[in-house]
Amino acid sequence: MADTQTSDAFVEFERVQKSYDGENLVVKDLNLIMPKGEFLTMLGPSGSGKTTCLMMLAGFETATHGDIRLDGVSINNIPPHKRGIGMVFQNYALFPHMTVAENLSFPLEVRKLGKAERETKVKRALDMVQMGAFGGRRPAQLSGGQQQRIALARALVFEAELVLMDEPLGALDKQLREHMQFEIKRIADDLGITVVYVTHDQTEALTMSDRVAVFDDGRIQQLAPPDKLYEEPENSFVAQFIGENNTLEGVVKEIKGDTALVRLDDGELIDCKPVNVSEPGERTRVSIRPERVEYNKDRLREGVHTLKAEVLEFIYMGDIFRTRLRVAGNEDFIIKTRNAPDQDRLQPGTQIEIGWLPEDCRALDA
Amino acid sequence: MSDQTTSGPVLAADGTPLKRSLSRALRRQKMRALLLIAPLLLFVLITFIAPIADMLFRSVENQIVQETLPKTVEALADWDPNSGQAPDEPVFAALAADLKIAVQEKTHTRLGSRLNYELTGASSLFRKSGRAVNRMDLETDAPFKEKFADIDKNWVEPDIWRTIQTYSPRYTSGYFLNAIDMQKGPDGAEARPENQQIYIMLFKRTLFMSLVITGSCILLGYPVAWILANLPMRTANLLMILVLLPFWTSLLVRTSAWKVMLQQQGVINDVLVWLGLVADDARLVMINNQFGTIVAMTHILLPFMILPMYSVMQTIPPSYLRAAKSLGATNWTAFWRVYFPQSVPGIGAGSILVFILSIGYYITPEIVGGTTGTFISNRIAYHISSSLNWGLGAALGAILLAVVLLLYYAYDKIVGIDNVKLGG
Amino acid sequence: MRPTRILLATTSLTLAAGLASAQDMTNDMTLVSWGGAYQASQQNAYVEPYLAMHPEVTAVWDESSNEAVAKLRAMNEAGNITWDLVDVVASDAIRLCDEGLAMEYDPDELLAPGDDGTPASEDFGDLIVSECFIPQIVYSTTFGYRTDLVGDTPPTKICDVFDLDAYPGKRALEKRPINNMEWALLCDGVAKEEVYDVLATPEGQEKALAKLDTIKDSVIWWSAGADTPQLLADGEVVMGSTYNGRLFSVIEEQKQPVAMLWDAQVFDLDGWIIPAGLPEDRLARVKDFVRFATDTQRLADQAKFISYGPGRASSAPLVGQHAELGIEMAPHMPTDPNNAQNTFLYNYEFWADYRDDIDAKFQAWLAK
Repeated sequence: MADTQTSDAFVEFERVQKSYDGENLVVKDLNLIMPKGEFLTMLGPSGSGKTTCLMMLAGFETATHGDIRLDGVSINNIPPHKRGIGMVFQNYALFPHMTVAENLSFPLEVRKLGKAERETKVKRALDMVQMGAFGGRRPAQLSGGQQQRIALARALVFEAELVLMDEPLGALDKQLREHMQFEIKRIADDLGITVVYVTHDQTEALTMSDRVAVFDDGRIQQLAPPDKLYEEPENSFVAQFIGENNTLEGVVKEIKGDTALVRLDDGELIDCKPVNVSEPGERTRVSIRPERVEYNKDRLREGVHTLKAEVLEFIYMGDIFRTRLRVAGNEDFIIKTRNAPDQDRLQPGTQIEIGWLPEDCRALDA
Repeated sequence: MSDQTTSGPVLAADGTPLKRSLSRALRRQKMRALLLIAPLLLFVLITFIAPIADMLFRSVENQIVQETLPKTVEALADWDPNSGQAPDEPVFAALAADLKIAVQEKTHTRLGSRLNYELTGASSLFRKSGRAVNRMDLETDAPFKEKFADIDKNWVEPDIWRTIQTYSPRYTSGYFLNAIDMQKGPDGAEARPENQQIYIMLFKRTLFMSLVITGSCILLGYPVAWILANLPMRTANLLMILVLLPFWTSLLVRTSAWKVMLQQQGVINDVLVWLGLVADDARLVMINNQFGTIVAMTHILLPFMILPMYSVMQTIPPSYLRAAKSLGATNWTAFWRVYFPQSVPGIGAGSILVFILSIGYYITPEIVGGTTGTFISNRIAYHISSSLNWGLGAALGAILLAVVLLLYYAYDKIVGIDNVKLGG
Repeated sequence: MRPTRILLATTSLTLAAGLASAQDMTNDMTLVSWGGAYQASQQNAYVEPYLAMHPEVTAVWDESSNEAVAKLRAMNEAGNITWDLVDVVASDAIRLCDEGLAMEYDPDELLAPGDDGTPASEDFGDLIVSECFIPQIVYSTTFGYRTDLVGDTPPTKICDVFDLDAYPGKRALEKRPINNMEWALLCDGVAKEEVYDVLATPEGQEKALAKLDTIKDSVIWWSAGADTPQLLADGEVVMGSTYNGRLFSVIEEQKQPVAMLWDAQVFDLDGWIIPAGLPEDRLARVKDFVRFATDTQRLADQAKFISYGPGRASSAPLVGQHAELGIEMAPHMPTDPNNAQNTFLYNYEFWADYRDDIDAKFQAWLAK
C-alpha cells in the first residue's frame, strides 16, 4: 500500500489485529509504515479503530496479532514507560496536584535527571509553547488553550522522537483550534519529530498532515497526502467522508481506457474516470465534488455529457454560493460557486444544465 | 463612560443609588433562601445543637444542693471545713427546715443520690433522715443537732458537711475533675486515689484504638475502593452491594457473628486446630480483648472508608495513569506520584468519618471488648443509663467532643479540610 | 385477617369510648419489660387473660427495662411520660422512688388480698422493699456449669468458682461489682453475716478485688443476661453466673449438658412500678390491671412459664407444672428448700450507697 522504503521506516505496523472480546476484530489486518519526521493523521469516525491503533503504539493495549516496530525494534513486549513515546491526551491529563513546572519536570525526574538540567529543559519547553510565565500555576488555573500547550510541552520535554496525539484539540473552540493546529504543526516541523495524530475532524487532518490514514471498520481505507485524498478518493467511503461530495448511482456500461460510460438509474449516460470498477454491468457510485460542477455552458468542454437539473435552494455563504439541485432523482446535489462579480445567483425553480470534466467524475464502488 | 466619570454614587434607573437598590434586591433573595432552609435549620437546631448545648450545660450544672437546702447552704457559709467538727445548731435547724420542705416535694432522696456520687452513704443518709424529719415538729423539737445525731451519727461528722459546702455553688467543676481522674479535695483539685483512676487511661485507649481501626480501614479499604473504581460499571455495582451488605444487617447480629468466628471454640480456632497450626489446649484468644474490638469495628466501619474513597477515585480519569506511564513512570511511580496524591482527599474524608465514628462507638466494644477493649463511650453509656450520673457522663462527652474538635482543627491545619471530598 | 382486625379495633374503640366515659379509664396501656422468655411469661400469665376480660383494651410492650431508669428520668424532664407500667428490678425501683419518678402506693389499697384473705402487705411481706415497688417474682443470680467439662466431681460450693486447680477453664462473671464482691469475700474466709460490714471498708473492697484478681485472667465478663447461657452452650466457659431462669431454659428446654450450682445464690426481686404523674384516666386503668396481674392465681400462673418464684406467699402452693414441658416447676425454683440452703438477699441499702464508689474501683481494677 505504502510505497515508502522499509529501510527508512520509523514506525511500522505489520499485519496487526486487535480484538477485545475474542469475537469481533476492532482492528483488521493493519499495515502501516511511517518514515522519520512524518506527520501522519489517523482520521475516521468513532469506533473505526484509530484510537485503538494509537493505544497499541503507546503500549496501553496489546496487539492480538501482528508486530509493531519502532525504529526497527519490535515493541510488542516493551511496557509503555520504556517506549519513550510522548503522548498528548484528549483531556490533556495534566496532573492537577502538581504545578505546571512540576508536570513538565515529572518525566525528567523519573529519568533521574539532575535538578539543574531539569530546570533548563522545563524552561526551554515552556518557552517553546510561549508559556514561560506560567510555571508556578496549577493546571486548574489555566484556560483550555493554555492547558493544551502545557500538555504538548510535557510530551516534548523529554525529547521523544515519536509523539502521539489523541484528539488533542477536541475541547477547544474553533478559533483557538485553528491557531493550535498551526502551532503544533510548526513545533513538530521545528523539532523534526514524528507525529501520529488522531482526530475525527477532517479539516484538521487535511491542514496539518503530511499523510492521512482514513480509518473505517478496522481498516485503513486510504493512506495518502491530503490533496490526493481529497481529489482522488479511492473508494466511496473516503469520497463521502472527506469533504463535501455528490453521489449519483448507476451501472457501468462500458470501460474504454481512462473513461467509463455510466448509465445512471434514471437512464442518463455520463463519462467518468473508472477508479475501482473493472467491468461493464457493475453497479457504481459516481462521485463529483461540488466545486467541480459547471452550469455555464460557455465554460463546459465541447462534447461532454450534460444533465438536466432544477434549482431547489440557493444559499448565500459569503465567499461562495451553495446551490442545491435536483439531478437525476437526487435532491441533495450541491454545487459551489465562487462569489465573483459575474456569477449568477440561481433562483429556485430555474431549469439548468450541468456538466463536468470526465476526470473529475470518479466511478467508485457501489 | 460619562456616567462613571461624574462624581457621586452611580444611580439606578429610578434615581436611587445603585448600591442600595442592589442590596435591596439581594436582601429579598437572601430572605427567600433563608425561608427555604428554615425547616432544616430549625431541625438542626432542635435535634443537634440543643442536645449538645444541654450536655455542655449539664456537665457543670449543680443547682440541686442550693435549691433543696437553701437555708442550710446559707447557714453553712461561715463553717470552717478544716475545723474537724460538725457545724453548730443553727445549721441543723436550717437543715431540718429545708428537709421538711424537701420531703414534701420528695426531692431529698434525689439530693441524696446526687451527693452519693461524691460521698458514699449520702443516699441512705438522706432517705433515712427524710423519714425522721417528716415526724419532727419544727417548733418544739429543737435542738436539732442531737436529733440528727440520733438519726445517723454521720450527721455529726464533718464529711457530709464538707461535701455539702463544696457542692453548694450552682455550678461546679467537679464533674470535669472527675472525668480526668481528679476530685475536689479540701485544698482544691487533687488526683483521685490510684485505684479509682480510669478515665484518662480510657481516653488514651479510645484514641489509640480509633487510630488503629482507622489505619486498618485505610489498608483494607484502599484496594477495594480502587478495584471498585476501575471495574466496569455493572461489576462495580455488584461489588458495591457486597460492600454495603453489612449495612443491611443489624449491628448486633454482625458483632455476634464475630463472636462466633473469633471465640476459642469458634470457627477460626476450630479451623486452625484442625489444620494442626494451633494445639487444642492453646487456642488463640481473639475476642473479649483489643484484638476482637479492632477486628469487629474495622469490619463494621469499613464501608465508611470505602465509600468516600470510591467516590473520589471514580473521578480520577484513567488517563492520568496512562499519561504518567507514557512519560516514563513505572507502574509504582505512576501510582504513588500521580494516582495516590489525587486519592488523598478520599482517604482524608474516610479517615475523619471512621475515626469520629469509632471514637464514639460503644455497642461493639461492649460486646466483644472484654476488659481491655472497652472505650470511653462505654463508661459514658454506663453513666447515662445505669449510674444516672448524667453530669459525669456529660463531662466525659464534652471532653470527647473537645478532643474531636481539636483533632479536626489539627487535621485542617495539616491537611486542610477543603481537601476532603465525600464525592465528585 | 387484617380487615377483621381493623373492624374489631374500630368496634372496640367505639365501645371503649363509651366505657371510658363511664369508668374514666383509657384503653391503651404501654407496658415496659425485659423482652424474651420473661416478658412472654407475663404475656401468658396475665396480660392475655386481662385483655380477654377487657376486649376494649390494647396493651403495647416496650422492651426497655434495662434502661428504664434513665428513660423515665428523661421522660420526666421532658414532661411527657408515655409508659404506664414499668417492670424493673428492686434496686432500680428504689432509685426511681428516690428520684421521685415512681409513684408511692398503699399495698392494701392497690393490691388484692391473697386467696386466703391475707392482706397484700402481709402476703408480699418483706418483698415490698420500697414504697414504690410492687413485687412480682423472686429470681436469683447463680452459677451454671458444663457437666462434661468439670470431671467426675462437679462443683458444689461457690468457692469452686475461685478454684482454678480443680476446675480449670474460663468462667463468666457479670461486668459489675454487685454479687461478685460478695462471693469473693465469702471465699476469702469472711463470714456470711460480716460480708457487708467488710465490704463497706476500703480494705474489704481491696480484699474482694484481690480475691477476684486470682481468677481475673480466666474470666469472661458479661453484660447481657443471654451471654452466659450462650457461652455455656458454646463450651466457651466451664461455669458462669446468670439469672436462674436463663439456666433453666439452657438445661430443660435446650437440653444442654449444663447443671445448676445453687450455693450462695443471690436472691433479687423484680416487679412493677407505676410512673409518677400519670393522668387520672391512665392511672385508673393501670391500677385496675395491676390489681389483677398481681393476684395470687396470676403470680402462680407465671411460674408455669418461667422458673422464678412468685412474689406472694399465697401463690407458692399453686405452682404446678411447666406449661409446655410438663415438668414440676417447684424443684427449679430458687426458693425451693433444696436450692435455698445457702442464699444471699441482694442488699439494696448497701448497694444504693456503695454502688458508685465500688463500681469506680471495680472498673479501674478491670481495666488494669
